[in-house]
Amino acid sequence: MATLVSHPDEVRIVSKRFGQGATKIDRYLELDGYKAVRKALGMQPDAIINEVKNSGLRGRGGAGFNTGLKWSFVPKQSVKPKYILCNGDESEPGTCKDRLIFEEDPHSVIEGVIIAGLAVGASSGYIYIRGEYRYLLEIMQKAIADAYAKGFLGKNIFGSGRDFEVYWHGGAGAYEVGEESALMESLEGKRGVPRIRPPFPAVVGLWGGPTVINNAETLASVPPIILAGAEWFANLGTPKNGGTRLFCLSGHVNKPGVYELPMGYNLKKMIYEVGGGIPNGRKLKAVVPGGSSCPLLTAEEIDLPMDFDTLMKAGSMLGSGGVVMVDDSTCMVKFALRIMKFYQHESCGWCIPCREGTDWLDKTLTRFHSGGGIRKDIDNIQYLSENMLGRTFCPLGDAAALPTISIVKKFRKEFEDHLEGRPCPFEKKGTVEQLPVFA
Amino acid sequence: MADAPKLVNITVDGKPVAAPAGTLLIEACKTVGIEVPSFCYYPNLSLQGACRMCLVRVEKMPKLQTACTTGITEGMVVVTDSDEIRQARKSMVEMLLGNHPLDCPVCDAGGECELQDMTFSYGAAESKFIELKQHRDEQQWSPVVYFDRPRCILCYRCVRVCGEGMDVWALGVDNRGAVSTIVPNKQDHLECEECGMCIDICPVGALTSGAYRYKTRPWEMKHVGTTCTHCADGCKTTLGVRRSDTGMEIVRGDNRDKSGINGDFLCIKGRYAFDFANNEDRLTQPLIRKGGRLVPATWEEAFEFVGRRFKEVLDREGGRAIGVIGSTRTTNEENYLLQKFARVALGTNNIDHHRTADFPAFAAALHGKSGATASMRDVYNASAILLIGNDPTEEHPLLAWQIRNNVRLHNARLYVVNSRPIKLRRQAASFTQVTSETDFTEFLGGDESLASFATREGWNAVRDKLRAEQGLVIIFGSEIFGEDIQALARFAASVPGAKLLCLGDYANSRGAADMGLYPDLLPGYFPVSGAGKFHQEWKITPAAPGMNIGQMFEATKTGQLKALYVIGANPVGRLNVNPSTLKNTFVVVQDMFLTETAALADVVLPAANAYEKAGTFTNTCGDIQILKKAGEVTTAKPDFEMIVRIADAIGFDVRKLVPFGHGVHADMGQSRGAQSGEADQHAVWLEANGLEPKMSPFDPVATLDEIQRLVPGYDVSRTELLAGNDQHTSIAAMGPGTVQNPELIVPAKNNLFSSGTLGRYSRTLNSVIENKDPEPADAVPTD
Repeated sequence: MATLVSHPDEVRIVSKRFGQGATKIDRYLELDGYKAVRKALGMQPDAIINEVKNSGLRGRGGAGFNTGLKWSFVPKQSVKPKYILCNGDESEPGTCKDRLIFEEDPHSVIEGVIIAGLAVGASSGYIYIRGEYRYLLEIMQKAIADAYAKGFLGKNIFGSGRDFEVYWHGGAGAYEVGEESALMESLEGKRGVPRIRPPFPAVVGLWGGPTVINNAETLASVPPIILAGAEWFANLGTPKNGGTRLFCLSGHVNKPGVYELPMGYNLKKMIYEVGGGIPNGRKLKAVVPGGSSCPLLTAEEIDLPMDFDTLMKAGSMLGSGGVVMVDDSTCMVKFALRIMKFYQHESCGWCIPCREGTDWLDKTLTRFHSGGGIRKDIDNIQYLSENMLGRTFCPLGDAAALPTISIVKKFRKEFEDHLEGRPCPFEKKGTVEQLPVFA
Repeated sequence: MADAPKLVNITVDGKPVAAPAGTLLIEACKTVGIEVPSFCYYPNLSLQGACRMCLVRVEKMPKLQTACTTGITEGMVVVTDSDEIRQARKSMVEMLLGNHPLDCPVCDAGGECELQDMTFSYGAAESKFIELKQHRDEQQWSPVVYFDRPRCILCYRCVRVCGEGMDVWALGVDNRGAVSTIVPNKQDHLECEECGMCIDICPVGALTSGAYRYKTRPWEMKHVGTTCTHCADGCKTTLGVRRSDTGMEIVRGDNRDKSGINGDFLCIKGRYAFDFANNEDRLTQPLIRKGGRLVPATWEEAFEFVGRRFKEVLDREGGRAIGVIGSTRTTNEENYLLQKFARVALGTNNIDHHRTADFPAFAAALHGKSGATASMRDVYNASAILLIGNDPTEEHPLLAWQIRNNVRLHNARLYVVNSRPIKLRRQAASFTQVTSETDFTEFLGGDESLASFATREGWNAVRDKLRAEQGLVIIFGSEIFGEDIQALARFAASVPGAKLLCLGDYANSRGAADMGLYPDLLPGYFPVSGAGKFHQEWKITPAAPGMNIGQMFEATKTGQLKALYVIGANPVGRLNVNPSTLKNTFVVVQDMFLTETAALADVVLPAANAYEKAGTFTNTCGDIQILKKAGEVTTAKPDFEMIVRIADAIGFDVRKLVPFGHGVHADMGQSRGAQSGEADQHAVWLEANGLEPKMSPFDPVATLDEIQRLVPGYDVSRTELLAGNDQHTSIAAMGPGTVQNPELIVPAKNNLFSSGTLGRYSRTLNSVIENKDPEPADAVPTD
């Protein structure tokens, strides 16, 4: 079980029931649970969509698309059934927020799924949980069963005359399946490979039916919006970046953990006040602002508000809320290598640039970090990454390329320090196997 | 026909392009001659967007877009070539080559490899990588399929053609990322139809053919597009030939020329089963029985001997004492010549062949009803298909491909009526299982007195649906014959626009029927007893029907039949004839192998096969196509030449059989054909020697002239035919036909891996059969 952390600057909306025993349905009900869905049952679908749209809620999975707008793309009439799909395949290194929601407040996700269903006219939903989160599946299974037992799911939910079914599904261990179309493939029992778009899921999604796919945190943010209103939520954040979000602080930071902070919270403040600064008196070297896919920010670049648009302007991304601190004892070549190993392992292999690019970058970085690098490699690492960027079938290739490009650009000197057979300046002597230099 | 789709206007590289809405950008570019490169895109297979080679710049889009997945929209402005795009493609090739073994010098695909071509067009000359490549040993998946993983670029074409095209689904992808690999359905091997489509469609040398690998370099072969000699569907197969010490050796069959009626398709037989031609059991010289044993003889000796003995019989007892059995695998020209030889030179109607379908009844049912027959292309485009009897997946692989892909790509409705749950029911909108042949009749006739039966009511529902179809093609197998064909034609007449297709079994079964290898029918299904143009033109024609095959063998027992001339057929093996009944009959056999029939013959003449000669075949739909000479075995002669030589040896004026002399027609490919450039070489040689093109008595073109002149329905465009295109003949224009004795119609019952006598001599087919999981062993049929 995760240890919960807290800080006075936190604004607890999604995390308000964390540590309150809300996995039990009765406790959830005591804490305003299933009130929002009761309210939504009395609203017109368009009113629900507008409420969410106006709240400025943007997708918490990383892409940051306006949730209400996404819902509005679902056709009103459809021959095929419509579906709500909760993306709980949280696999981004540095991101661990959905895990807490499933663990501490599973009913908030179920409630969000039902409300999304009411908004778009779907009568069933799937909650897809990352394969490695096996223990969370049990919690979710129980929550769903309890909701059925109370009549909140199934036929005639809340005595409204409406039906709504919710199913859980466990992943099989693929980062790629966090991509929404690959997730649908996986859910349908196929290889977890993304689909060609268009058609977009809102039109042709799961089993060919119109489908809304939202991140677990996004869906858990919906009930409070329905209860307290769009304006209230929007005012919590900065313009166009409504509400709060769960930031996952990790790496070289004194108080790691998941904190719910208003959108637009200053990153520097987040690191030094909320996170308590860098341990052992070391200096901050770099920050991964939103999960491993994001370009790194140097210590000089961190005085900025954490919202989607500002981060974009700063050449990075807000991503999925995984904020990873890197101190000055870290070898950035090794950091790039570690990230690349992850993407090489997780590339689904569908398209050439991601499959081959990550493999070669992994090999080249491994050799480079081990002292076998030549000057040409530095340009080559950048060349490969830049030629992957924007040309892969899905964003996984970008996710591998972006941090790599930023590391080569911002920390080129560290690469040069590895040249000419010199051992890694950050590693203890003898811990890295030295490879010969091919010149 | 549906309304013409709305045209959308786009601009590609500054050129205006108009194409129907929904057209893929990559296809729209082709219409103005702009080739956008791709590995994974393949027309008519599902879209992948995986190889990223077709990236283009579409105005207003932030990223480069894949032309293979982008549908055109009005006003779209596209750039397909720029520094940015070339760099993107170059880097894709570089990344692919990173793990590619670059063993091009020994790779089968070297010289005809899309990766090589793409590297030539876009690739970098310098390697950026010094890392070790991933290596995995090659695997043999079946007798004909090998997989070399390191060469694979993961375009997934093989997976799709196997699943979507063939409905076999024997290939898949295992693992992920850089270690993703194509895998066969049975762990380490394939259980499939062995069609080799995966090999053909592979852009590189990852999938190679067991029959061809490491045999030659592609540029050392000449490529001859000809018609397959196995089943009756008439696929075009491109044979790669190379000089050998016995003439020209066929080393490969494939489908590189996609212009045939088969488009992308070839089955195992068209692709690999040319190897009977190189079988070591092949006869290499004429044999004459002396002292009870067949001993080698010269050609002159053999022809003289046959001529003398035939002449003796003719002088003593006349043509009625001689029987002629023709082939379902010889050309139209040879079949026509053979029956003309029988009727004009021998003066007999004792001529027959192995009948596998009741084409005379088909002719009778459709007499005068033009436009009522379906071509192989019609099967692919029909909006609905009714398939009665037969199992095309096994017996007519191309037909099955056409049906499947019509259903898949055009949403055609398939109605299957069969006594067995055949595989094509998977594509069927309706499957009606009948239990016996009488049920077929009832299904057709709709005997109302039986309508109270529940199943019969189901049939009525199917019949009603069929009657509502526009553009129905009705395909039937040998289960339907005689009067039933009449009934079926009546049913077809009740469905506006319906067309019929009658399934025979061998490569030129239809041609043999059309060319009059019948004791009672002349070419074009005209009765022998009539007085038509054949009688006028040929002067002497016996008016009474002759003996059929069964009657001929009965007559050998009674001594009525003194001589038997068998061409490319094995009636002794097929009909299980007692050898002793032939001991007083002079038997001449023209064949490639010492078949059961040849082994009993007095003279055996080694014949060239369909891949070693020029001529035409008519497939079971009535589509006529050209054969071009590919292989050559210098010790064998085409049947055409042998028939002329025997006529000559009898003392018959061969000009009455084959008009020849100064040629007025193009070379039909008696030399190796225009595709290889040899026709041009021949023309240059003639010019250099001050000679004019002149036809020899052995050139089938003169006979084709006569066929086109005298057989109604065969007057198709010669230009199209010579160009290698299929032409649909019209059986409706032919004679009145007749209903045959159904006992004479014996289906070949070949499956995917058998092909009558030829199949017995194909090492590849035999090795595949031996490697299959054991199934109830049906005897391999003979022909």
